Amino acid sequence: MGSLVKQRVLRTIILLVLGVYFILPLIAMAEFSTRGKNDTRSLESWTSIVDDEGLMEALVNSLLLSVTSAVLMLVLLVPTMAWIRLRLPQLQRLVEFLCLLPLAIPAIVLVVGMAPLYAWVNYFFGDSALTLTFAYTILVLPFAYRAIDAGLAAIDLKTLAEAARSLGASWFTVLWKVVVPNIRVALIGAALLSVALVLGEFTIASLLNFDTLQVQVNLLGKRNAGVSIAVSLLCLIFAFVLLFALSYVGQRRRQTVAEEEILQGSN
Amino acid sequence: MTSVAPVAAAKPGGPTPSRGRAAGRPSVAAWLVAVPFLAFVGTFLVYPTVLVLFGAFQDSNGAFTLDNLTSLFTGVVFDAFVRSIELSALTAVIGAIFGALLTWAIAVGNPDGMLRRTVIAGSGVLAQFGGVPLAFAFLATVGFEGLVTKFLRDNVGIDLFAGSAWLFELPGLTLVYTFFQIPLMVIVFLPALDGLRPQWREANASLGGTSWTYWRHVGGPILTPPFLGALLLLFANAFSAYATAAALVSQGSPIVPLQIRGFLTGEVVLGQENLGKALGLGMVIVVSIAMGVNVLLQKRVAKWVR
Repeated sequence: MGSLVKQRVLRTIILLVLGVYFILPLIAMAEFSTRGKNDTRSLESWTSIVDDEGLMEALVNSLLLSVTSAVLMLVLLVPTMAWIRLRLPQLQRLVEFLCLLPLAIPAIVLVVGMAPLYAWVNYFFGDSALTLTFAYTILVLPFAYRAIDAGLAAIDLKTLAEAARSLGASWFTVLWKVVVPNIRVALIGAALLSVALVLGEFTIASLLNFDTLQVQVNLLGKRNAGVSIAVSLLCLIFAFVLLFALSYVGQRRRQTVAEEEILQGSN
Repeated sequence: MTSVAPVAAAKPGGPTPSRGRAAGRPSVAAWLVAVPFLAFVGTFLVYPTVLVLFGAFQDSNGAFTLDNLTSLFTGVVFDAFVRSIELSALTAVIGAIFGALLTWAIAVGNPDGMLRRTVIAGSGVLAQFGGVPLAFAFLATVGFEGLVTKFLRDNVGIDLFAGSAWLFELPGLTLVYTFFQIPLMVIVFLPALDGLRPQWREANASLGGTSWTYWRHVGGPILTPPFLGALLLLFANAFSAYATAAALVSQGSPIVPLQIRGFLTGEVVLGQENLGKALGLGMVIVVSIAMGVNVLLQKRVAKWVR
């Protein structure tokens, strides 16, 4: 019993100390962004977020990018990964390697190689910030791959596909009406992770000179720290809400898998 | 839904032997499905990577040279590598120790509790998406006009910036980096701690063991490989990080990622156009070594956990 009490005390101390360590900057951000003139409180930093046209444009860019990158990622990965499991197991190793490769190549290194490539991209597609979709789809590959791979591993893809095919479904129907609905939770997870990653990305956008949310926040900080700090706090809170929601999505999947295991066991 | 247990059980993951028609010899049409993915990844991942890796061995005219690589070991570039490695190693150790303590604190709690959920989600935010906001969080806290700076100056009489502008130099980076290193440790190390079965602890107690003998002979040895693996991952993570440092340090390039920024934004000396690529190659090599050792460790862990 003595050790249990000791454990509880130690646990409380750790949680308190690290809790303060991590929450203090958040409080400081709230305090700093509500400073007015002559030691007064003011919401000016917060209200001027909406008035700043550059910031709003950058936010729209980032939101559009998070959608286009998530869509391109899903369109590229889902059919390929499902097909590999069904018909091309030879490619399994290669695709996994390629998808996890961005983990071994820091974004700051990738951007060195992408700079000359983007001269061509901007020649063909114009110099809109939306061309970052290509780079961001690469960045989200490792996270998306793991999420979708876990989703596909949890269903009996071969049997499902064979059943659908024997009933006359085309491969497209199999993909759209059988695979996608069965792994939708994994797809939502992969998409949410992509959105969070794209909204927070700075390295590639700033070094390829595109105007995204983080690039603007950084620029703005040079002349008006209050607004940048307000936006930064919003970003952190938004990402937290996304990931918090994601923890429930993931749990539901685990539950259904567990339920299925129980069902299978009783059969 | 998919209660076809015998079929599922008969096919473990991984490459199946060429039994059955599907796995046998796919037609040309079957290969075509993989083309869009491979073309895209080839263009936007493999091509830029190859460009960096090969460019590191070329001079400004495209001829083969080792000059770029040898200059990695001289002057400011070499200093930046040493500093980067020091910064990454130091923050990895700090992150691993405090992160492991925090992980333990939430692992012994309620597995579906609010505390655990909050810590995990918060860790995810800071570990993976912190970047620029983290730099501003620091300016708000211990910057020249930060909350803590002002409090200490007005109420305690301590000037945080008496010595130097440390926040914008290596000590500042070390402090900021712990804010994504500790959370990353939580995310990476939690599965290992969750894998400790309560039965082991009970077995230890019923054989007359104490808390010390449990950690010395059971918990410690099992957790050592994942702990070291996490340490390496944290090292690689800090070594690759760019955004926070870039937002915080706008003058000078104390670490390798900021050196690369210098090469990309035009501070290029004639004849050294490809030195930036050599720096990139150096980073990839350091990160790959850390990741490679990590993979070996994970294999060891896999043997234990089964």
